[in-house]
Amino acid sequence: MTTVTDIPAAPAVKTARPPRKRGRLVPYWLLLPGLLWLVVFFALPMVYQASTSIQTGSLEDGFKVTWHFATYWDALGDYWPQFLRSVLYAGAATILCLALGYPLAYLIAFRAGRWRNVVLILVIAPFFTSFLIRTLAWKTILSDSGPVVSTLNTLHILDVTSWIGMTDGDRVLATPLAVICGLTYNFLPFMILPLYTSLERIDGRLHEAAGDLYATPATTFRKVTFPLSMPGVVSGTLLTFIPAAGDYVNADLLGSTDTRMVGNVIQTQFLRILDYPTAAALSFILMAAILIMVTVYIRRSGTEDLV
Amino acid sequence: MPFVRWLRRNLVVIAGLVTLGYLLLPNVVVTVFSFNKPKGRFNYEWQQFSLDAWTNPCGVADMCGSLSLSLQIALWATIGATVLGTMIAFALVRYRFRARGAVNSLIFLPMAMPEVVMAASLLTLFLNMGAQLGFWTILIAHIMFCLSFVVTAVKARVMSMDPRLEQAAQDLYAGPVQTFVRVTLPIAAPGIAAGALLAFALSFDDFIITNFNAGSTVTFPMFVWGSAQRGTPVQINVIGTAMFIVAVLLVLAAMLVGKRKNKAV
Repeated sequence: MTTVTDIPAAPAVKTARPPRKRGRLVPYWLLLPGLLWLVVFFALPMVYQASTSIQTGSLEDGFKVTWHFATYWDALGDYWPQFLRSVLYAGAATILCLALGYPLAYLIAFRAGRWRNVVLILVIAPFFTSFLIRTLAWKTILSDSGPVVSTLNTLHILDVTSWIGMTDGDRVLATPLAVICGLTYNFLPFMILPLYTSLERIDGRLHEAAGDLYATPATTFRKVTFPLSMPGVVSGTLLTFIPAAGDYVNADLLGSTDTRMVGNVIQTQFLRILDYPTAAALSFILMAAILIMVTVYIRRSGTEDLV
Repeated sequence: MPFVRWLRRNLVVIAGLVTLGYLLLPNVVVTVFSFNKPKGRFNYEWQQFSLDAWTNPCGVADMCGSLSLSLQIALWATIGATVLGTMIAFALVRYRFRARGAVNSLIFLPMAMPEVVMAASLLTLFLNMGAQLGFWTILIAHIMFCLSFVVTAVKARVMSMDPRLEQAAQDLYAGPVQTFVRVTLPIAAPGIAAGALLAFALSFDDFIITNFNAGSTVTFPMFVWGSAQRGTPVQINVIGTAMFIVAVLLVLAAMLVGKRKNKAV
C-alpha cells in the first residue's frame, strides 16, 4: 500500500520543490559577488580607516591601536582653515554651477527644439577629454598676460575681487577665484544633467495654464517651473558639492599654498608625509561632515520644498 | 524697444549659450595648443604653429605606455563592473529579498562619498593587508567605484520594462534561459550599454582614487598630473583632442544608427 501512494507523490515533489527553492535563492546569488566586492573594498576599508585614525606609532616601529582620539582634535586644530576653505570653495562653486547651469538646462529642455540632442552632446562631450588636461587649459585661459585677466583688469573687476580677498593684485591664477572657477567648470555637467532631467519631465501645458491665468513669465517660473524642478536642484547641488568638497586637483593645479583644501592635506599626509593616523582622521571627519550635511539637506528639501 | 523685448525673451538662451561657451572653452584651448611649439617645458603660452606633436604623438617617454595601461584597466574595470552591476540591478528590480534597504544604501554610499575618502580608506586596507600596489589594486578600486553607477543605469532600464513581455514569451513555451536571452537581455541592452560606457569613462579618467592606490604604476591621468609638475608636452593636448574627436564621432554615429532604426520601425 505504501508503495502505491509513494509513486504518484514522488514526481510531484520533484517537479514542484526544486524550482521554488532555486527561485528563492536566485536574488542572493545575483547579489552576492557584487555586494561582496562592495563590502570588502568599500565598507571594510572604512573600518580599517577608523582603526587607523586611533592608532599611534611611527613608520619604523609600526602603528598600534591605542584609542588615541586626540588625533581628531589635533587634526581639527591644525587644519580647520583647510576644512573651512573646502566648504566655502565647494559652496561657492555649487552656487555658481546652479546659476550658470540652470539657464543651459532650461535652454535644452524648452528652447533648443531640434538642436536639443546636439547641445546635450556638447555638454557631455568635454568628459571625453581627460579632466586633468582640461583643468590645465585653465592655466592658459587665466594666465597673467591673457585676454581674460586684462579684460577683468580694464573693467576694474579685479580691484573688487582683490578687495574681498578672492584675487591677489593683477593675478587670477594661484588665487581662490581660480580654484573656484576650476571647481565650477569641472562639476558643471553634474549640475546640468539632473536639472535637465527634471525640467524635461514638466508638462508644457502647465506653462500654458499659468499663462492663461495671467501669470507673467517671471511668475510662471517662480511658481511653476522652479518648484517642479526642485528634485533636479537637490540632486544637482549634491552631485556638485560632494565631489567639490573632497577635490584637491583644482586647488593644486590652479591654486597656491594659500588655497589648499582638506583633500590636499589628506593627500600629502597619506602619500608624502606618511602620517597615516592624521590622514585617516581627516578623511573620517570629512566623510562624517558630508554625510551629516547631505542628510540634513535631503530632509529639509524633502519636507519643505518637494511637497 | 523691440530690441529690449527680444533681449528679455531670449535672455535664457543667451545665458545658456554663455554657459555652453564656458564648458567648451577649455576644449578649444586644448585643441589650439596641440598645434603649438612652446619655448620652455610648459605648454601654457602660444608661440608658433607646428604639426610636430601630431606627426609624433608617442614622442614623449612613457606617455603612450601609460595610455595603453589606462585603456586596459578601463576595459577590464568596465567588464567587471558591468557584469556585477547588471546582476545586482536585476536582483533589485525583479526579486523580493531581505535587507533590501541595507543593499540599497551600500550601493548608494560610494556615489555619495568624496573620492578622496574612498581612496584613502582603500589604501589603508591595502597597506594593512600588505598588498603590492599596482595594476591589480587599481583594477579592484575601479570596479568598486564604477559598480554603483552601472547598477543605477541598468536598474532604470529594467524598471521601465513591461513584465508582460516575458510572460508572453513564457506563454509561448520559451524556457527561462530562452526568455532571458531572447527577450529580457535585448530590452535591457541599452541600459547595460549606458552603464558600461559610464564605467569606461569613469575608470579611464579617474585620477584621485588611482593616485592613492597605484604605487609606482603610472596611468594616463597620473602621467598628466606628473607632467603638470615636470613640464607639459604638447602630445598631451594631441591625445586630449583626438579622444574628444573620436568620442563625438562615435556618439554621432550611434545617433544616426538610432534614427535609422526608428525610421525603419
